[in-house]
Amino acid sequence: MLTLAPLAAPSGWLSRRNPAAKLGVVAVISLAAVSTTDPLTPAILLAAELLALPFCGIRIGAFLRRSRLLLLAALSVTLVNAVFADGGGDVVLQVGPLRLTDAALFTGAALGLRVLAVAVPGVLVFATTDPTDLADSLVQQLRAPARFAIGSLAAFRMLPLLSAEWRMIAMARRARGVDAGFDPVARIRLFTSTMFALLVGAIRRGTRLATAMDARGFDARTPRTIARPQRMRPVDWVMLTAAVLVAAGAVAISVALGVFRGIF
Amino acid sequence: MASVELRGFSWRHAGRKAPAVRDVDLRIGSGERVLLLGPSGSGKSTLLGALAGLLPEDSGEQSGEILVDGIDARKARERTGIVFQDPQSQLVMVRSGDDVAFGLENRGFPAGDLWARVDTALDSVGFGYGRARETTALSGGEQQRLALAGVLALRPSLLLLDEPTANLDPEGAGQVRDALRSVLAASESTMVMVEHRVADVVGLVDRVVVLAEDGGLLADGPPGKVFAEHGEELTRQGVWVPGAEPVAVRHAGGPPGAELVRTEDLGLTHPGAETASLSGVDLAVGAGELVAVLGANGSGKSTLALMLGGLLRPTSGRVILAGGAASPHKWRAPRLARTVGSVFQNPEQQFVASNVRDELALGPRRIGMPAGEADRVVGELLERLRLSALAEANPYTLSGGQARRLSVATALATAPGLLVFDEPTFGQDRRTWAELVDLIGTLRDEGRGIVAVTHDRDFTAVLADRSVTIHKGRIAC
Amino acid sequence: MSNVGGSVARWRTVDIVVAAVLAVAFGVVFQVANGLWSVTEGAFKFFPPAQAVLYGLWILPAVLAPMIVRKAGAALFTETLASAVSVLLGSPYGAIVIVQGAVEGLGAELGIAAGGYRRFGIGVALLSGALGGAAATTWDVFYSYASWSVSWKLGYIACAAVACAVVAGLGALLLTKALAQTGVLDRFPSGRERASV
Repeated sequence: MLTLAPLAAPSGWLSRRNPAAKLGVVAVISLAAVSTTDPLTPAILLAAELLALPFCGIRIGAFLRRSRLLLLAALSVTLVNAVFADGGGDVVLQVGPLRLTDAALFTGAALGLRVLAVAVPGVLVFATTDPTDLADSLVQQLRAPARFAIGSLAAFRMLPLLSAEWRMIAMARRARGVDAGFDPVARIRLFTSTMFALLVGAIRRGTRLATAMDARGFDARTPRTIARPQRMRPVDWVMLTAAVLVAAGAVAISVALGVFRGIF
Repeated sequence: MASVELRGFSWRHAGRKAPAVRDVDLRIGSGERVLLLGPSGSGKSTLLGALAGLLPEDSGEQSGEILVDGIDARKARERTGIVFQDPQSQLVMVRSGDDVAFGLENRGFPAGDLWARVDTALDSVGFGYGRARETTALSGGEQQRLALAGVLALRPSLLLLDEPTANLDPEGAGQVRDALRSVLAASESTMVMVEHRVADVVGLVDRVVVLAEDGGLLADGPPGKVFAEHGEELTRQGVWVPGAEPVAVRHAGGPPGAELVRTEDLGLTHPGAETASLSGVDLAVGAGELVAVLGANGSGKSTLALMLGGLLRPTSGRVILAGGAASPHKWRAPRLARTVGSVFQNPEQQFVASNVRDELALGPRRIGMPAGEADRVVGELLERLRLSALAEANPYTLSGGQARRLSVATALATAPGLLVFDEPTFGQDRRTWAELVDLIGTLRDEGRGIVAVTHDRDFTAVLADRSVTIHKGRIAC
Repeated sequence: MSNVGGSVARWRTVDIVVAAVLAVAFGVVFQVANGLWSVTEGAFKFFPPAQAVLYGLWILPAVLAPMIVRKAGAALFTETLASAVSVLLGSPYGAIVIVQGAVEGLGAELGIAAGGYRRFGIGVALLSGALGGAAATTWDVFYSYASWSVSWKLGYIACAAVACAVVAGLGALLLTKALAQTGVLDRFPSGRERASV
């Protein structure tokens, strides 16, 4: 059964940081990366992220496994933009009707780097953040409505169960004599049928869970006690400030070198 | 501590024609411990839900009154706590301590005293782990005890329990009953419990109330008196009356016939796991015999059932079905359905169609039966399993017992020689239990081979020709 | 139309939990779909117009949730949460996926809002699906495919709008009706339109 706990050990430096502050870091870096289509800004951001990586306390093996998919995604973004780009530039490679120009390659690389620069902190934050702590922090620091945050947490708790349920439903169909082989229409029908059974079970459980939650006073209008306080400590502010400086710095360097290409 | 009063109380769920509960007049004094009984469909769960104040006004129609401490039940919710049957649909938080704290947080309990209250509640149910233990890593019995702790933390004066052990194996059920026993000894709360396995809980209660099928109460009084006066009627209705005549043992008439399945050194190790879920299992089942597979939760018996059914790929050894046909996990589904039928613990996982008739017709169509013969098979099964009245109903709207009969019927529709059941009598009242035992016994007597993975000792005693115990993945001798 | 569930703006516990559970269930569905498509994913990723069609499944929860619970904000909430779940399940793209999810949810939400939160029929379903798909691909066009020509971008968005109108919009409507028949939606107004049992 897959566990709900985060990937990294809770004692790691990043794991102990306030979740809202971590989200702030991701937001700030993403904003800087998204503001331009030049390759230098994301490159600088990525370099800063990779330098910070050893301090995060994440298991390198698991991180690399996820990075493999990420690199593939970044590569595909690069290629898709490079190959299907619109506009001029000197042709670097020509295969049949597909032309690769240097300008297109440049832009493609920039966009690919951007995917990486934005994804790395995102992956790290979710690998080092406990879901309960995240929900608590969203409520306490960012004033998210508590009922939605806790309701989401309660549903999230059922994730391993629903995952196992999918496998059981799929096996049950096979036992009934229903399988799909290679016919795509049959495969889609089987997928839809399995999905339907999963949804019925999920909604049924969700309805029962809601009743149990109300039985324990979830729908009372009294203000909820905060049993697990989440605080912004000085080190969290330092982390956030550092992220702002890095983000602003990357943009500033690109602007100064005349490389910056705003999206607007 | 709380007193309960019902005056002519009736409730009809929206979307249903008949009321779930009708004309109940009942008074329960402070500190009484009551066992609520009645046949399936007599509205026991609805009544508990009403006592807990959980039936929303827009979900049905009420007549009469239901009062807790003289106040309408919906307004008296802080005084009641209710534990439901399924732990997975009751637990809210990822960590155990947080789940117990949930109710306290909702009610605005002061933060300074909160965790002490949580620890007290956890101790009172004998919870063996710390607060950080993930709820998904708990066994069924541990989860139910945690749910109980979460309710007790709020110190309810009326404690309600809706079949708290129905989804648990005997070990888990015992743990929950022990926890309940010590909790009740230490407190003065009023308690109302619904429970099938009466013999196990009769020591916890001092009064038995029986709902009648057509409204009102059938019986009300101390356990000894109620069972003496109404024992037969109750047994007929499906209640497990303590001391009632046990179901007659029914074993196979003769030695087993042709071998229907054989496993050779069968094993399964999940990728990345250190120990095998199952290893070195040698088992053979012949026609006309019923083999019970016993073992604690997590012992590997469900894994064995799935492999016998050709649904899981073994990592070692092999499964050989009738006629020397090996490795059923590689077969196309229609061939599998013709050879072995699997009936899952949760019947709803197996439903595919939008009405009962189509559900039954699916298997025969898939294996290529001609339309005329398929119709005949469907008709026979509807008759045999008393589903004719439900032929056009949506399978998901069936009651527990009906759904189980349907899932057995669908497995039979493709006429396999071997049937594999996973917990066939799970959570059933006595009447449905007796029906299922009769049905499965007949299937065995008609010459099929049956493998039943089960916790149910009564089932095993009555039907099993042989039993095999799995302990930590291996067959225990 | 019954007043089951109360006003469109006040969410009951069961509305919140079921909308959230739908998001989590679809998180599982996405993971399976990713697994099924991973063999061909290379090819699909390289041919974005095909990806426009695949978006149908991804937008489905954004239309299904409001059709079931009929509360304001359901599309936004469920789709954002479903994206968060897919990140927690190990989506390689990181947290930005959640922003994309929110954008998709917002698009679908606009479609539902166009029905005044009182109409949940085929028109609203198709519109919601189309706007959800358009939102998803508009995001893509800004974020991942900035170098394309304007006509390519518009074509991509149009493709997705049509595909999602059908798969997500019509699909959600049919799913809701089928779910109502099973009785699981009895706590919701969408479930009360079936015959008494």
